Amino acid sequence: MRAADAHRAILAVWRIEQPRLITSLARMLRDVPLAEELTQDALLAALERWPATGVPEKPGAWLMATAKHRALDHLRRSRMLERKHEMIAWDMEEEEQTMPDLDSALDDDIGDELLRLIFTACHPLLSREARAALALRMICGLTTEEIARAFLLPDATIAQRIVRAKRTLSESGLAYEIPHGDALSERLSSVLEVVYLIFNEGYAAARGQDWLRPQLCNEALRMGRVLTSIAPDEPEAHGLLALMELNASRTAARTDAAGEPILMLDQNRTLWDQFQIRRGMQALGRARELGGAGGFYALQAAIVACHSRAGTAGETDWSRIARLYAELAAVVRSPIIELNRAVAVSMAEGPVAGLAIVDCLMREPALKSYHLLPSVRGDLLRKLGRCDEARASFEAAAALAGNKREHDLLKRRAAEAADAAMSS
Amino acid sequence: MKFMFIVKSAHAGPPPPKLLEAMHKLADREIKAGRMLDNGGLMPLAMGAQVRVVDGRLSVLDGPFVEAKEVIGGYAVFELRGKEEALASATEFMQLHKDLFPGWEGTCELRAFAPTGP
Repeated sequence: MRAADAHRAILAVWRIEQPRLITSLARMLRDVPLAEELTQDALLAALERWPATGVPEKPGAWLMATAKHRALDHLRRSRMLERKHEMIAWDMEEEEQTMPDLDSALDDDIGDELLRLIFTACHPLLSREARAALALRMICGLTTEEIARAFLLPDATIAQRIVRAKRTLSESGLAYEIPHGDALSERLSSVLEVVYLIFNEGYAAARGQDWLRPQLCNEALRMGRVLTSIAPDEPEAHGLLALMELNASRTAARTDAAGEPILMLDQNRTLWDQFQIRRGMQALGRARELGGAGGFYALQAAIVACHSRAGTAGETDWSRIARLYAELAAVVRSPIIELNRAVAVSMAEGPVAGLAIVDCLMREPALKSYHLLPSVRGDLLRKLGRCDEARASFEAAAALAGNKREHDLLKRRAAEAADAAMSS
Repeated sequence: MKFMFIVKSAHAGPPPPKLLEAMHKLADREIKAGRMLDNGGLMPLAMGAQVRVVDGRLSVLDGPFVEAKEVIGGYAVFELRGKEEALASATEFMQLHKDLFPGWEGTCELRAFAPTGP
């Protein structure tokens, strides 16, 4: 086996074991950042040893024993030899006598510990970017280099982000805690926000680039599935999972062979992953059973579900989508949601009704430089045959568009509207 | 990357309870880890049938099939980062059989799903 292959094989084994390693160590050390560091040490030990000896028969047990030795060494070295620590050290020496075996490893239900780990990694004290990096590192087992590649950032930036975040957690004394009651749902939203951020980062990446970027979608999906199994009573966790599964189901249809994006209504729906849609629908159903139909993520998932259910673009239930957008707008006041509602209303009731909403939004300062507003307006005006106004709207939109492809498209639409105005 | 694990064996008869229990725990862990998307066991061949096309002709063959050697006993679908992860995962699964089902022989075949789309 080549060294690089051996390296990847070891990393694969380690990633399967990592959550259990890190939660076991965190329980001993009562410090997640430290536990994470010692878990990394166990990986380094495996990388050093296994290429020569081969992967041991029970790699999980080997890694656990190694990690626990490191933790014990650490406790011995540290001067905090209170009674509590003596007890732990004593327990661990007992444990040292016997190598943990695979059966007992499978007996560990690490659910609560894992939840604690996730809550620590996604602590609201940390910036969203730091939370995302820490979550990918501690929960998904990605290396610093992989996270950097996925976010198109230099290794050093991510490394520093992780070091700082861990220091913040350690210094604040928040390195090992699990919230309860009201604090739990509040803290959960900070976790879900990070998972969704990671998903969208991957979703925005076109295909054909470094596989690690689209891979972020899978990492987020995996975290979503972890959250729904260890916090099964939280409707928004199911809502977010539904939203991600349903959006990800369109991956194969989103770009053409040249990598150019294809708009949802033009996509070949036979390429949508029905297996994934079913999982999304199940998660949405669960969110509703738990009384969470009106949640931020569940509502967005319900909107996407309307598209997933439609066999053809023409069968889309736009009235329902418009109603769901209205509900969503009541949960979060956002002019962008309102703009989406305008599009849905125009599809359901015609361009006049949509335009009425869009015209109200023209006074919205937050959308002053948002190119999609004049773009949608131009589209509605064009449908109404008001071609001169449509041309002006498309021109305004083109001037605001951030990327060349969109700018060119809007210019073409402006020119088309101008031609139509001339010939009418 | 999606993988299907297909477990085949010539060994008839149910696995010992200890193995069943361990497999159940492993499956539970893999589901909670967000890796396993689906799994299932298959009934013996006697309950199945084969529909074949040979020499341009359709034929139906009821189970059991005498010529069958290794029989598919179960499958699982995983979402994994790559073949290395699939190998690590399948090895752990087969290690359970080795430890808890002495004398058992079989294969866990892992296959990557073909990507869809252009």
